[in-house]
Amino acid sequence: MEKKINHPLQKYFRGPINYTTCPGCGNGIISQAILWAIEDLAMDFDKFAFVSGIGCSGWIPSPSYNTDVLHVTHGRSIAFATGLKLATPNIKVIVTAGDGDTSAIGGNHFIHACRRNIDLTMICVNNQIYGMTGGQVAPSTPYHSKTTTTPYGSIERPFDLSQVAISAGATMVARWTTFQARQLRKSIAKAILHNGFSFIEIISQCPVQYGKVIGKRNNAVDMLMDYKNRSINVRKAKKLSPDEVKDKIVVGEFIEDKQVPELTQEVKRLRKEAVSRCQK
Amino acid sequence: MINNSKTNKTDFLQGNIACAEGAIMAGCKFFAGYPITPASEIAHHLSKRMFEVDGTFIQTEDEIAAIANIVGASWGGVKSMTATSGPGISLMQENIGLAVATETPCVIVNVQRGAPSTGSPSVHLQGDILQSKFGSQGDYQIIALAPASPQEMFDFTIKAFNLAEQFRTPVFVLSDSLVGHMRERVNFPLQEELILSERKKLEHYQGIHQKIFLDEEVAPMPVFGKGLKANITGSTHKEDGFRNVSDPKIMDNAIKKLTNKILKHKEEIIEINEHEIDDAEVAILSYGLTSRAVLETVKIARKNGIKVGSFRPITVWPFPEEEVEKLSRRVKTIIVCENNLGQLFPFVKSAACEHCKVISLPPKVLGTLYYPEEILEKIKEVI
Amino acid sequence: MSEIGVRLSGIGGQGVVLASIILGRAASVYDNLYAVQTQTYGSDMRGGDVCTEIIVSEKEIVYPIVNTPDILIAIAQKAFDQHITDLKEGGILITDKDLVNVGNLTKNVNHYSEEFNKKAIDDFNEKRVSNMIMLGFVVEKTKLITYEALEKAIADLLSPRIFDLNKKAIDFGMKLASTN
Repeated sequence: MEKKINHPLQKYFRGPINYTTCPGCGNGIISQAILWAIEDLAMDFDKFAFVSGIGCSGWIPSPSYNTDVLHVTHGRSIAFATGLKLATPNIKVIVTAGDGDTSAIGGNHFIHACRRNIDLTMICVNNQIYGMTGGQVAPSTPYHSKTTTTPYGSIERPFDLSQVAISAGATMVARWTTFQARQLRKSIAKAILHNGFSFIEIISQCPVQYGKVIGKRNNAVDMLMDYKNRSINVRKAKKLSPDEVKDKIVVGEFIEDKQVPELTQEVKRLRKEAVSRCQK
Repeated sequence: MINNSKTNKTDFLQGNIACAEGAIMAGCKFFAGYPITPASEIAHHLSKRMFEVDGTFIQTEDEIAAIANIVGASWGGVKSMTATSGPGISLMQENIGLAVATETPCVIVNVQRGAPSTGSPSVHLQGDILQSKFGSQGDYQIIALAPASPQEMFDFTIKAFNLAEQFRTPVFVLSDSLVGHMRERVNFPLQEELILSERKKLEHYQGIHQKIFLDEEVAPMPVFGKGLKANITGSTHKEDGFRNVSDPKIMDNAIKKLTNKILKHKEEIIEINEHEIDDAEVAILSYGLTSRAVLETVKIARKNGIKVGSFRPITVWPFPEEEVEKLSRRVKTIIVCENNLGQLFPFVKSAACEHCKVISLPPKVLGTLYYPEEILEKIKEVI
Repeated sequence: MSEIGVRLSGIGGQGVVLASIILGRAASVYDNLYAVQTQTYGSDMRGGDVCTEIIVSEKEIVYPIVNTPDILIAIAQKAFDQHITDLKEGGILITDKDLVNVGNLTKNVNHYSEEFNKKAIDDFNEKRVSNMIMLGFVVEKTKLITYEALEKAIADLLSPRIFDLNKKAIDFGMKLASTN
């Protein structure tokens, strides 16, 4: 008789659903990290809502996660999540987005969510390419990369998404690669508890599209090993010269600021003020 | 909590302010918007009032975010609204489509201005009639109401919320800069006189394949945060919300159910104001502000013994095809008066089906209110 | 009273729009009349052309625009030049004596003029009340609305801090109208 094995995270899934990702995709690691973080926090999954956009990252929660999931247009997930969070501040709203989603089409919403310090947790899957649409250059693709739309090599400098988030005012920012799944899980848990806008960037392998660009086609393991070799913790990186960290991936928790007022609490304060002013 | 201290009173209000107060009266608790002439007064007013009624106001980074915010808030279970003008609507179109596809109740106010492009911000034009129906990709139905006075800005905003809640769909209030900025008496109804619709909500989680979409009689909405495990996507989906983007049959079902949800209830949705139509030989079809010039024309024409009547769709969309068809059997000529180059005219002509003559009469100068004389002249020509 | 169309015109900052809103509010909220007020601006907030129209009537007003005003109030030269042709024959023209030169009025109109702006400066040391002096003058000359309604409307629209000053200006304007 076949032995039935239940995955410890099975309860978080909507049912026996096919996961729509390519072999070796980093989405599985990230999805598990999110769910393990929630498991670690022993929080009620019904009190979470996920909002995601178009792109491979959108399919991490949609339709798989067995809670409220809103899968929206490309780049706009943060804007939908902002409305949802303002209307229902008692639920934890997590956004999963891709790098193009976050920094190209949705760049405006991204920086403004950081500025507003609204209590959202943003999981940004940075595979450094447009995967779903066929391997086009993204704002996060390294300089000189040859992609399907940069046959001569890209001539634009990439964004450092975590630095953009910090500059725009996000109050918790961390970056890991899919190789550091455990650290990632811890940072996500921290981000969920953080009362403000938290941004977790994950450098994640896309062996099909980005693998092709760097000569590691369909080789997820090599890509992960590359992450392992190139990762350097932010604490160590600070002690090195820019040249020494040039080809490294700086990982770790960059900032955590608990002093900045959070938007939904500011809204509550305004309501109180408005009502008391009315009664005068 | 201060709900509404302004009930049962008479006020002299600007159309935009009347719209904002109507929203509050309808139970709106969330407004998101981006500054734009000639709609900004709605935001000004609600930036103060929303917080007084335990609601939320947010000035977003752009109109794309504004519509996304109100859709998100609607899934959070609150009545929500945005207000803008044509350029803002252009930016919102993709997410208006998402609101239609995800069956999200919300109200979108378009205080129309001169167009195309940046156009003339403070000139009143009815230039966005087709935009509101066809602006987003694909086949879909929309509901749009066209007010002609501050009182109607107030009343139709409430009506728009009611229709949005009843049919789980975005509803347009299609105003224009003159109506938006015009001041006139507004009578507030008593709270107990007010009929407000509330969306049918899913009460309990009913399993992975619970029916939350694509019911022509409107499926219950699984509001977020209540353990209902809502599975929502703008991609083509089935009744349970599960995405299927490859099977044409699933898409066919989705498009038809979404469309029929509105079309099968046209009788409930459509409202027409008829005036002096019974014995009319000529009917003038107009909507929104233009209808006031038409009514004035009818008044003058009747004094001169000319048998003219006014036919005014309150509901521009869904288009009142059957009603226009009936009208076309009763009169010899329909003159379509729109403050544009004839956007609804082809629909009227097609519905009239050659039962009568249908003529388009744009104003001599687009963006101005018709002089009754110019309509009268046309009537005399055709009679 | 049948429908009376009033056009008030001036330049931005003269308080023309506020005057028309007070008129409309007084008529429709307190005098049990119908009123509709519309306005057009130039694109400048200050110093641009401002034209506002108000119709007052005992019956419901269908057509909201004043194409040929019964009463034209012009308190800037440009406003007068622009709108005088539209004024109805036999209508009322009210101008600021100091700011508007009506030249040779060929039209058959009842023309009243007063130094609204100058008197605001001289008698009130406050240029900003010129619109209230004008409003008082207009109400006294035209009897569009009652004094009681006017008083209630300004109480609604102005903060208590400036109510007295503005009411004084209105009374002053009314007196000017009844004595000239």
